[in-house]
Amino acid sequence: MAEATASREPSSPDPAGSEASRAAQDAVAAVATAFPGVESSVFRGQRRVVVPAERSFEVLASLKEAGFDLLVDVSCVDYLEYRGAKRRFGLVYLLASTATAARLTIRVFVDEPVEGTDPCPVVRSVVPLWEGADWLEREVWDLFGIRFEGHPDLRRLVMPEEFTGHPLRKDYPLQGRGERHNFPVLTRDRS
Amino acid sequence: MAVNHSPGLELPENVVVSRLDELANWCRKNSLWPMPFATACCGIELMATGASKHDLARFGAEVFRFSPRQCDLMIVAGRVVMKMLPVLQRIWLQMSEPKWCISMGACASTGGVFDTYAVVQGIDRFIPVDMYVPGCPPRPEQLIQAIIDLQDKIQLEGTITGREFETANRQLRKRALVESADPLTIDASRNPVLQRRLSEFAETSSAR
Amino acid sequence: MSIATSEFDVATPAERSEDYLWTLNFGPQHPATHTTLRLVLKLEGERVVDAMPEMGYLHSGFEKIGEHLTFNQYVTVTDRMNYISPMANNVAWHEAVERLLGIDLTPRCKYIRVIIAELARISDHLLCNGAVGLDTGAFTFFLYAFYQREVIYDIFETLCGARFTNSYTRVGGASQDFTPLVIEKIRTFLKTFPKTLDDMERLLTRNRIFVDRTKGVGVLSKAEAINRSATGPVARASGVTRDLRKDEPYLAYRDFDFKVCCASAGDCYARYLVRMAEMRESLKIVAQALENLPSGPVNVGIDQRTALPTKKQVYSTIEGTISHFELSMANRGFEVPCEESYAAIEAPNGELGFYVVGDGGEAAYRARCRPPSVLHFALFPQLIRGHTLSDVVAVLGSLNIIAAELDR
Repeated sequence: MAEATASREPSSPDPAGSEASRAAQDAVAAVATAFPGVESSVFRGQRRVVVPAERSFEVLASLKEAGFDLLVDVSCVDYLEYRGAKRRFGLVYLLASTATAARLTIRVFVDEPVEGTDPCPVVRSVVPLWEGADWLEREVWDLFGIRFEGHPDLRRLVMPEEFTGHPLRKDYPLQGRGERHNFPVLTRDRS
Repeated sequence: MAVNHSPGLELPENVVVSRLDELANWCRKNSLWPMPFATACCGIELMATGASKHDLARFGAEVFRFSPRQCDLMIVAGRVVMKMLPVLQRIWLQMSEPKWCISMGACASTGGVFDTYAVVQGIDRFIPVDMYVPGCPPRPEQLIQAIIDLQDKIQLEGTITGREFETANRQLRKRALVESADPLTIDASRNPVLQRRLSEFAETSSAR
Repeated sequence: MSIATSEFDVATPAERSEDYLWTLNFGPQHPATHTTLRLVLKLEGERVVDAMPEMGYLHSGFEKIGEHLTFNQYVTVTDRMNYISPMANNVAWHEAVERLLGIDLTPRCKYIRVIIAELARISDHLLCNGAVGLDTGAFTFFLYAFYQREVIYDIFETLCGARFTNSYTRVGGASQDFTPLVIEKIRTFLKTFPKTLDDMERLLTRNRIFVDRTKGVGVLSKAEAINRSATGPVARASGVTRDLRKDEPYLAYRDFDFKVCCASAGDCYARYLVRMAEMRESLKIVAQALENLPSGPVNVGIDQRTALPTKKQVYSTIEGTISHFELSMANRGFEVPCEESYAAIEAPNGELGFYVVGDGGEAAYRARCRPPSVLHFALFPQLIRGHTLSDVVAVLGSLNIIAAELDR
């Protein structure tokens, strides 16, 4: 979907030439020259950069060097039912700078691999850059089933260890597949 | 109270005669030691109930003990999810008899707004519950009312031998697709007095 | 105190034989966790060698529900997210939705949201500090804090009818306007609360036992705080001067005079002090906002078709009738762009943001919540290594981990 919006005109103008906005603009320009194939767009004053999956680590590393020292969030969107979407998953990296208060959104789109036994896409982990990404990536693995290559300890974070499936994928039903009823019953005379 | 002494026995004025059951119930109901199984929002209201303004100590149930072995009333406050349910069951098993359970709030009782893959749709599917408190979350007054009601229930139907716990397995579980075989139990489960009479009736009729 | 570096070398626990280490399971049902989280501690005597935090004992699928409830319905679920300051969550959620829909609020609504968000901050900090006090043995402090929380509950109940789970905000406005009674109650609170706050500070801030148990315990350095994405009071106590209210002033924060409270020690005591100081700053903001509360409507105009018009508008104007009809019929409500945006507020716990994806429908396609608690809980092993078992509760309390926000 972001591919579709990348070419669209920004729907709201960039708010003023503030320091934060200029810092984000400069960083995006620097990334665009260093890494060809990177697209950027603006929506409601938020700069977004779409990065190919195989370059994501290098781009994020260079952005960290450029002053975006705070990793605000790592999350994911499943575009299975999204109108006009071309790729299945879109990872979201939200970066911020503690010095200039600039913000930047990095999008990395991945697909489910066609061949191979493992149905989970693989992206390179950013834990070597930000240790804070540890649990955020574990959560994405748990809820979306995206593997992070190079993650030190990629276990499930919120669901039980024995759980199968990735609940935030769009093909997983809201009420689950009956896992929540699957427990022994204690009655008065037995307990 | 049933005074049923044999004729000819003289009692001094300062002696009260009662059934042993009533005495045990009276002791039990006025010294409930709650085990706060507080998981979510309701837990904060549970804390508020115990704190300065609402002061649960007025009803003899302020001795919150965090060890299940010391408690006889489990207050499940908040939603219970898949990962937590085994813990809940284990804690229930660790509590010593006699024990009661209050399901506080909509989430513990029915799953509430969280009809999702992870949330257990009512703890009474998996452990026995004596009192339900509606509300999301219930006000402290409601919880206090539930404790008073539970005290009444203990006074009305308790026995020193714990007979009421044996018959309580007739309160069929809410588990999905399990239908009650005995229509009387459904009505009786709402009314402790009726339930007691019914169980006594059942016992006497079976004795005949 | 430099236990971690001097007498006990924690850097190489694997090198020594580990069979004398003792594993202790802490939680998920433990009084000091306040809610449901679990720690597996490795102990050498009373020293914590390592800790493995585990979460998910309250994971209820909030983000999945967000894909099924409309923008106005989901506010009820955000209440239950950080349940000790629900108003701040309401504000954060609708801030994100309004960013996505491109709605500009009325000045009065901005001020009202500032006031309720700051009251929520006070009530959150009261509970957090009260719980730290409770866990380190100061029960009276906890009772003082809870009494004031009841006063704030009372204000919220007068405002919107619910004392706890408020669900107050709506897209483009709020469910109720401030009444004179609410304003009077807030004014009374502004007068009486500083006195209690002074009492609380006198009880604990220089209390020898409390200071000994929190000072130098759980030290987080500034570089670590940034690298591990800490925000809010936890980061500010370590010297990160980041406060979204100043850095990217949302709502009407540009209009008020307040300070960003920071400390440099980064220990539990510093976090306690930052929270105490923030309550005073919040009081200043509330006082300024209340005295300068703009008049006019709370909700955006009916031509924007986002907030429900008043009954008078529905029955006496054609625009009101049309707007009401459009909003109450299915699939005729908001115009949602096929876009995505992120908006965050400075919640009591740190940066609370929502990443909302719109697909043209009335519900969000994806409602990702950026919870501050997850990142703070991940800090825990770092903070506790080398300290004693009794410090676990102090560190946990000062991080203010709310399980419902942690697990969602």
